[in-house]
Amino acid sequence: MSGGPSMSRGAAPAVADIMPSLGCADRPVLRERGQREVFCGLTGIVWLHRKIQDAFFLVVGSRTCAHLIQSAAGVMIFAEPRFATAVMEERDLAGLADANEELDKAVSRLIERRPDVRMLFLVGSCPSEVIKLDLSRAAARLSQRYSPDVRILNYSGSGIETTFTQGEDNCLAALVPQLPDSEAGAPQLLVVGALADVVEDQFARLFDAMGIENVRFLPPRRARDLPPVGPSTRYLLAQPFLGETARVLDERGARRIAAPFPLGAEGTTLWLKAAADAFGIDPMRFRSATAAAEARAKRALEPYRAELSGRAVFFFPDSQLEIPLARMLSRELGMNLAEVGTPYLHRQHLAEELALLPEKTALSEGQDVDRQLDRARATRPDVSVCGLGLANPLEAEGLTTKWSIELLFTPIQGYEQAGDLAALFARPLDRKTRLKV
Amino acid sequence: MQLTVWTYEGPPHVGAMRVATAMEGVHYVLHAPQGDTYADLLFTMIERRDKRPPVTYTTFEARDLGTDTAALFQRTLKDAYERFQPQAMLVGASCTAELIQDDPAGLAKAANLPVPVIPLELPSYQRKENWGAAETFYQIVRTLAAPVHPQVGDAAGAIPANAVPGHPPLPAGISPSRGEVGGFDASPGASSETQDPASQSGLGAKAGSISPLVGEMPGRAEGGDAGIDSSAEPEKRAADAHGEAANFGPREARRPTCNILGPTALGFRHRDDVAEIRKLLGEIGVVVNVVAPLGASPADIGRLDEADFNVVLYPEIAGVAAKWLKRTFGQAFTTVVPIGHGATRDFVAEVRRLAGLPEAAATGVAPRSNLPWFSRSVDSNYLTGKRVFVFGDATHALAAARVATEEFGFTLCGLGTYSREFARDIRAAAKAYGVEPLISDDYLDVEEAIAAVQPELVLGTQMERHIAKRLGVACAVISAPVHVQDYPARYSPQMGFEGANVLWDTWVHPLVMGLEEHLLGMFRDDFEFHDDARPSHLGAGSRISTEPERATTTFATPPAVPPATRVGASADGNPINLDWLNEAEVELKKIPFFVRGKARRNTEKFALERGLSEITVETLYDAKAHYSR
Ligand code: SF4
Repeated sequence: MSGGPSMSRGAAPAVADIMPSLGCADRPVLRERGQREVFCGLTGIVWLHRKIQDAFFLVVGSRTCAHLIQSAAGVMIFAEPRFATAVMEERDLAGLADANEELDKAVSRLIERRPDVRMLFLVGSCPSEVIKLDLSRAAARLSQRYSPDVRILNYSGSGIETTFTQGEDNCLAALVPQLPDSEAGAPQLLVVGALADVVEDQFARLFDAMGIENVRFLPPRRARDLPPVGPSTRYLLAQPFLGETARVLDERGARRIAAPFPLGAEGTTLWLKAAADAFGIDPMRFRSATAAAEARAKRALEPYRAELSGRAVFFFPDSQLEIPLARMLSRELGMNLAEVGTPYLHRQHLAEELALLPEKTALSEGQDVDRQLDRARATRPDVSVCGLGLANPLEAEGLTTKWSIELLFTPIQGYEQAGDLAALFARPLDRKTRLKV
Repeated sequence: MQLTVWTYEGPPHVGAMRVATAMEGVHYVLHAPQGDTYADLLFTMIERRDKRPPVTYTTFEARDLGTDTAALFQRTLKDAYERFQPQAMLVGASCTAELIQDDPAGLAKAANLPVPVIPLELPSYQRKENWGAAETFYQIVRTLAAPVHPQVGDAAGAIPANAVPGHPPLPAGISPSRGEVGGFDASPGASSETQDPASQSGLGAKAGSISPLVGEMPGRAEGGDAGIDSSAEPEKRAADAHGEAANFGPREARRPTCNILGPTALGFRHRDDVAEIRKLLGEIGVVVNVVAPLGASPADIGRLDEADFNVVLYPEIAGVAAKWLKRTFGQAFTTVVPIGHGATRDFVAEVRRLAGLPEAAATGVAPRSNLPWFSRSVDSNYLTGKRVFVFGDATHALAAARVATEEFGFTLCGLGTYSREFARDIRAAAKAYGVEPLISDDYLDVEEAIAAVQPELVLGTQMERHIAKRLGVACAVISAPVHVQDYPARYSPQMGFEGANVLWDTWVHPLVMGLEEHLLGMFRDDFEFHDDARPSHLGAGSRISTEPERATTTFATPPAVPPATRVGASADGNPINLDWLNEAEVELKKIPFFVRGKARRNTEKFALERGLSEITVETLYDAKAHYSR
């Protein structure tokens, strides 16, 4: 298929090979392989189609896939969304020739309807992959027909290849070969991972203030506006789930700046500092660029620290943001980590994060949802971070929950959002103390 | 491939989940990839259920394909059985697993579990949610209510899964269409007294028929159905199960009984409908034997045959099972869906007839809902002839069409459904109402149809609510799919007499009220009467322009730009340029927004038919006069 990261990469090399210098490298991780209760990668379309404003996402899948996106989007965004599903029917399964023909028809109908679209992603699903409908060939074939007006790319968002946020990873990875070559010479900074526009603007101002001039973001807000990449590119991951994107960026000669992720005041400073160091920014200049915002973030966190410190939080695996979030909650708000579950643990990209976690943090990777629920019931954490399918049942058992999906649909990165991020965890507890019913 | 953005129905396995989640003691093992677990949130978030649906997913991955997905299925099935200890299990495949053909049915058989295991074959690439729910309920009933069945829950008596006779699944093309009870007219007054055996023969027979009452029922007349044993066997068995004497006491001691069939999890107001109908049946004197699937255990399904007849609330879901029960146990079933005042009265009459009870006194009894009086109250005059567009599942759409026309005095301007299985019923009804039927599950078609007829009120699903919002038309929700706000905290049935009250309140609420409507028309220049003003009893929210593409042509003051020109086609097909003169545009603007689109279209049509290329104020009023005749 499109070379998406398969979950089989879980066969990770021995931990010590990757992080020889870290004392906590051999911290035990509970590996689970039972029922997962995590969305598939198609879900990323819900935010990606808003982020890249002239792109359209066409899922080639089943009614289930269409229903998933519709249900995950929750409130329907009726400003005509820039996504759709080509729902396969009985006759599409009969032969691949027909399926390809049907797909071409669906695409031409779509492009007629939406002449504003500049980039079209064909998104693979479980059914399209099981019947081996080759979307990369389809994309090449259709690109020829519609270039230069519309560029057609493909990636896998299927549940057999991806969990939740890995859809964004595959989407960005599909964009990378399209990026123009950067000019050799002056190094540029590429910030990778979809961020809310407001957060992106804040970061752009901070980089500017510290004197990093050439800063671009991936994904861009417009598909026409692709950032260049090359051996002079240093990239900084803004999201922890971009393993495949990083791999193909490396192939283009770009080099990753290792850093924790920009969640919380400390996380944001460390993230920005990693870039500053890579670009040889004078520490004084860095301080003067960031000190005020950092202080503001810390002040914003203070009241929440009083509310949250000493409380126990339990993460069900969801977005791969769990480890950076756990680090932020434990170090900046004083929370105890009952269990930190993540659907997939990218040890290399999370090395800096893992080093900051308290020793003996219970980590789990993968899921067996029933057993994990048993552990949560036994631990009775103060807050459980979980998906929408689990939240109300846990609340009914008296456990306070925070929906994890909100962490992806809310701007939480950066200094100015540190307080908002803390508030997301404090609100359910606050609510519990208010209610007398 | 069908290009779709929003879907009215989920895949068929979601229908199976609705049945499984509604029931007690049932667990569903679904061979599916991890993303399919999204379906849990439909129940926990939209319906706010406090328990996870009783569903275990195998969540196979790419690396499992071709190696051991079958083993994974078996392991998952065994683990789920051990953890949840259900009294019956459902097994099946989602769309992806259907392609890898692991044969969950065969694997489940081999697992040899000590409870009945019901394999579901739900063709994901042909069928949808309601069909899946109907097929699932049918298979459950066939398996667990079969004439010779084990005492479910009694381990000693239970037959292992591999002994459960395999029932052929429903052919994909079958239409679980409504009643076959046979040619009686269910409208009030039509129910025949002479047909009522109980009122004539008094205490009926004992043995020899399933019950003394049903023997004469219309449904029973069509004999020859395989599976009907005219001996007292089922009845006797039922009585045995209760440890009672095999022969009944005097007729008076036993009240007629029925099952209520069709309500599921995630249904639109199903829980409240059941409460309302249960109450109604109690008042009539009919005992409810089992409600299924909502709240029923496998053992309850095994008792379905003890009832005299079945009440089918949602034919989309229970129609197939009800027909099987009729063939097998001779249980007649109701065909009137009690939505609206009139339909509820018809329903009562039908139930009384099926139950063998005398017809209720028709006169001198105050109406049981406020709807008739509210509708006759003079303040409701403004509702007369309001144009409504109805779309939903077939049951709710048909019911809404009747209520809208007969009980609100509206004019139906469109009727449609996304339930293709019931296309015939909708077509027939649309013909009777003189409107175009719309059978489609593409919301863009529906949007187009609504935009074309410019209704004043849309009665639809959550999709139509969005469409209506875009078009600036009032809307009330009458059918699934619905969103979280359509699961209200208060008791809010759609069925029965209280349901009629709810319909009244819900449908009238979004409209601009009578006198306000007049004031809007009279004082167009009042600054608070701008187009974005909401009906005064509705709070915040602003209207999205009805005529987005024409927005530039509707100026309140004469515009500086040249008047709008649009191209139409005259009767002979030649294109004509239509010029709206400024004064005409301004005059048009004085017409309230909820009828303006209609006025514009009528005027243009009028002009085209007369070959006019210019629209003046005169044309506008000529057209108004022409169309108001
Ligand atoms: S898990 Fe697969 S089949 Fe299910 S919604 Fe995701 S891509 Fe579609």
